[in-house]
Amino acid sequence: MNEPETLKDVMNYEKAFDCVQCGYCLPACPTYETMETETHSPRGRIQLMKLAAEGHISLHELEDPVEKCLGCMACVTVCPTNVQYDQMLEGAKHAIEKNKEKPKHQAALEKGLFEHAVPSSKIMHSVGNLTWMYQKSGLQTFAQKLGILSKTPLHLGEFASVLPPMPSPKQRASREKVQPAQQKEKLRVAFFTGCVMDSVFFTINEQSVELLTLAGASVVIPEEQTCCGALHAHAGRHDEAVALAKQNIQMLEDLNVDRIVNNAGGCGAQMIRYDHLFDEGSDWHKRALAFVAKVEDITKVLAELDGLQFTKPLNYTITYQPSCHMTNVQRITNEPRQLMNQLPGVSVNEMNDPDFCCGSAGIYNIVQYDESMKILDRKMGDAQATNAQVIVTTNPGCLLQMKYGAERASSGQRAVHLIELLIEAEPKIKQIKNV
Amino acid sequence: MEAKWITALKSTLGEKYVRTAVVDRHSYSYDGSFGEYVPEAVVQVASARQVSEVMKIANHYRVPVTPRGQGTCLSGGPLPVYGGMVLDTSQWPASIEVYADDLIAEVSPGTLTSAIHQEVEAYGLMYPPDPSSAHVSTIGGNLAENSGGPRGLKYGVTKDYVIGLEVVTPEGEITRTGGRTIKNVTGLDITKLIVGSEGVLGVITSATLKLIPKPKAVQTIMVAFASMETAGRAISTTLTSGILPSKMEFIDHACVQAVEAYEPSGLPQDAEAVLIMELDGHEETLDKELQEILTIMKQLEATAVQVPETAEAAARIWKARKMVSPAIATIKPTKVSEDATVPRSQIPLMMKKLGEIREKYEINLVVFGHAGDGNLHPNILCDERDQAEMKRVEKAVEDIFQAAIDLGGTLSGEHGIGTMKSPFMENEIGIAGVDLMKRIKQSWDPNNIMNPGKIFAEPGQRLVLSRE
Ligand SMILES: Cc1cc2nc3c(=O)[nH]c(=O)nc-3n(C[C@H](O)[C@H](O)[C@H](O)COP(=O)(O)OP(=O)(O)OC[C@H]3O[C@@H](n4cnc5c(N)ncnc54)[C@H](O)[C@@H]3O)c2cc1C
Ligand code: SF4
Ligand code: SF4
Repeated sequence: MNEPETLKDVMNYEKAFDCVQCGYCLPACPTYETMETETHSPRGRIQLMKLAAEGHISLHELEDPVEKCLGCMACVTVCPTNVQYDQMLEGAKHAIEKNKEKPKHQAALEKGLFEHAVPSSKIMHSVGNLTWMYQKSGLQTFAQKLGILSKTPLHLGEFASVLPPMPSPKQRASREKVQPAQQKEKLRVAFFTGCVMDSVFFTINEQSVELLTLAGASVVIPEEQTCCGALHAHAGRHDEAVALAKQNIQMLEDLNVDRIVNNAGGCGAQMIRYDHLFDEGSDWHKRALAFVAKVEDITKVLAELDGLQFTKPLNYTITYQPSCHMTNVQRITNEPRQLMNQLPGVSVNEMNDPDFCCGSAGIYNIVQYDESMKILDRKMGDAQATNAQVIVTTNPGCLLQMKYGAERASSGQRAVHLIELLIEAEPKIKQIKNV
Repeated sequence: MEAKWITALKSTLGEKYVRTAVVDRHSYSYDGSFGEYVPEAVVQVASARQVSEVMKIANHYRVPVTPRGQGTCLSGGPLPVYGGMVLDTSQWPASIEVYADDLIAEVSPGTLTSAIHQEVEAYGLMYPPDPSSAHVSTIGGNLAENSGGPRGLKYGVTKDYVIGLEVVTPEGEITRTGGRTIKNVTGLDITKLIVGSEGVLGVITSATLKLIPKPKAVQTIMVAFASMETAGRAISTTLTSGILPSKMEFIDHACVQAVEAYEPSGLPQDAEAVLIMELDGHEETLDKELQEILTIMKQLEATAVQVPETAEAAARIWKARKMVSPAIATIKPTKVSEDATVPRSQIPLMMKKLGEIREKYEINLVVFGHAGDGNLHPNILCDERDQAEMKRVEKAVEDIFQAAIDLGGTLSGEHGIGTMKSPFMENEIGIAGVDLMKRIKQSWDPNNIMNPGKIFAEPGQRLVLSRE
């Protein structure tokens, strides 16, 4: 990759001119609502990015408004002129990252996390059995290894109590890498495990594969896959994100499958944008486009296969907290709801403003704990008002945040991934009735 | 060292509400139009008492105060041209108290217009003014700009729905104008003077709005024409037939093309002009009115007529109308939106003149707007990085204003004068007219601290659209 040269290039400066400053994005932005200033709104951030690229304000000054952005992309969905804020944000983060010095402990943590823990599924698994970054015991070891004092301002420990029990290493090792369809094969897919999903929510991955095969897909779980790179890109670690993307693109090229299926809204959102990581017209850009064409969220695949029927009535009221990356980047809003509506006994009660971010946003809830909690509190208020017993999500980050939020609000609500709910409803192969 | 007035404000309001960081100041330096002016402080208020204290401090230190709602203004109204402070009312908590029996509502200035629409609907009532920015704009901004929307044709604009105001004067006095009754002739009508005053006379801190019963049903009709002239005749024939549609919107050929390229929406692509109308009222009356309108359209040889049967189909047509603005923005990055307005009978002539202006300056000029009330939106699509083009655009805009005035029209139907149109004020209302307004302004605001630089041009001021 040629390194882009000027600051304007790195920051995707030209894109700022697409913004006509109409303000239509203001009501959609969670941080504009909770932080109560245009500085922390999409329109403000775009203006500031533009000024920084022009050298009128410093990158240091830009840092705070950019870091407080959730990257939820609600602004992109409502923008009438299709401003590509996602690319501007990534550019700004890239420029800031190149420019700044982080507090020592944060830099060390990120280095450990990004360069070692996240990309290598091996480490994720071995560390992951004890921890992912959130899990208390593991975290402490992790933190000690990196020399972070226990009194870290990063709120890692907060989330430990809501983690599910880890699968035993044996369970993990015994996972079959190729699993045939349990009914007539309609689709061949590769399953993308995702770092967080596969370490913290291993069981949900198992359940996902079960649902896929039951619904008529044969599944491979390629060992060569690596982290999607979303957290790297969001942290401005552009080069690492590119390297990870290349590895995944290569991995898929070697497989004879129709799709690459994931169950983490955030991973899917990163992967369907792989083409943006490369220069248009380049060989890698072409290869990325071929990859992107195969990326699909599991809810979409299950809805398309339409191969399941659910047998056990679940007498719950549920509410759906869509992942922002599903709604605003992948633009998938119908299929998850379609699946929920197929579940017997379940009544779906939509909350006010479901598209308002939950505040998890990658590692936002750890590095921007206070701001994240303001957003979470607003979200839990809306969730509680639905009187739902169960909050359903489609992304691991949101799932953790919702679990934590329910505990924090003492709402007595349970948070689950949609996949878990589908399994609870005891899916069977759909019997086609002759009409 | 910090300016004394900033210190004074901080100790009155609290540090948090007086923002002076570079990033904060730049984030309040623009609006939906052109130009950037960086204030020295951004001051956030949430009560009339706070506004009063701020104004007293500003008056004492002679610091300019520019009120700002959500900064969606299209004429530069909330730009702090002379620095000082931006007075942000957008964080003022929303408050809508509906008195259904009196058909009025009391609202706080930071309330979003669309929130008022929703709230009063629950009572079977309607607040008619419907600017397309209603889901973003504050009612304070609407009042200060006297905003209008498609429903203006039948129901009028913001000024027709405000019967009382609470206003803080530039000297910091909290005053009330009007009242809570529809009829009220006690003294001069200060309410109407404040509405549309663009924040140069005082800060609106509360408003009493008039509501009407919500019509029981609506019916949309879309009609296509082969020429501008027939479309113009269709408008005047309809309006003299005893039927008053609630909306009558117009889209020209170029806009139709742009929408269809942006997001195919089923607009008649070969049409020179498309009219989209909405009738409202009782269902039975609507049926009769619809038939009459269809007859008129047939007589005028409309090339296509669509009468959507479901609410969804109607919504699709209105969505296509809404798409015009974003769709034309894809023609070129910079959009200069004007809202020159002419008497309805002059629409075809104005369209012809706009065509000439397009040719003369070789610019991308498209037209849509609220045809029923003569409020056209000529939009020029250009690129602000192209200095030569922007110079041509500046000239074209001047010609557009002059054309509207020559036809007995006005510079602005609803977007306001602000910084953008002030150099043209004299052309429309004459030296004496401007002078009268200036004298009113001076008696309200002797120290000229209230949103200075708006409405009234500095000697030699010209329209500048290019960004250096
Ligand atoms: C995409 C788009 C579509 C639009 N469509 C329409 C339309 O259909 N019809 C229409 O009429 N306009 C339209 N507008 C223009 C704009 O939305 C209106 O002028 C609106 O009323 C501005 O509201 P605001 O809250 O953003 O106010 P601002 O833009 O912040 O301020 C507007 C003016 O009001 C003054 N002001 C604000 N609050 C107060 C207060 N409390 N007291 C005193 N003065 C105050 C400011 O000083 C300024 O002069 C549109 C704008 C955009 C960007
Ligand atoms: S909605 Fe789009 S064009 Fe409008 S201010 Fe926001 S980013 Fe800019
Ligand atoms: S990405 Fe989300 S938080 Fe960031 S500016 Fe857009 S709407 Fe606001």
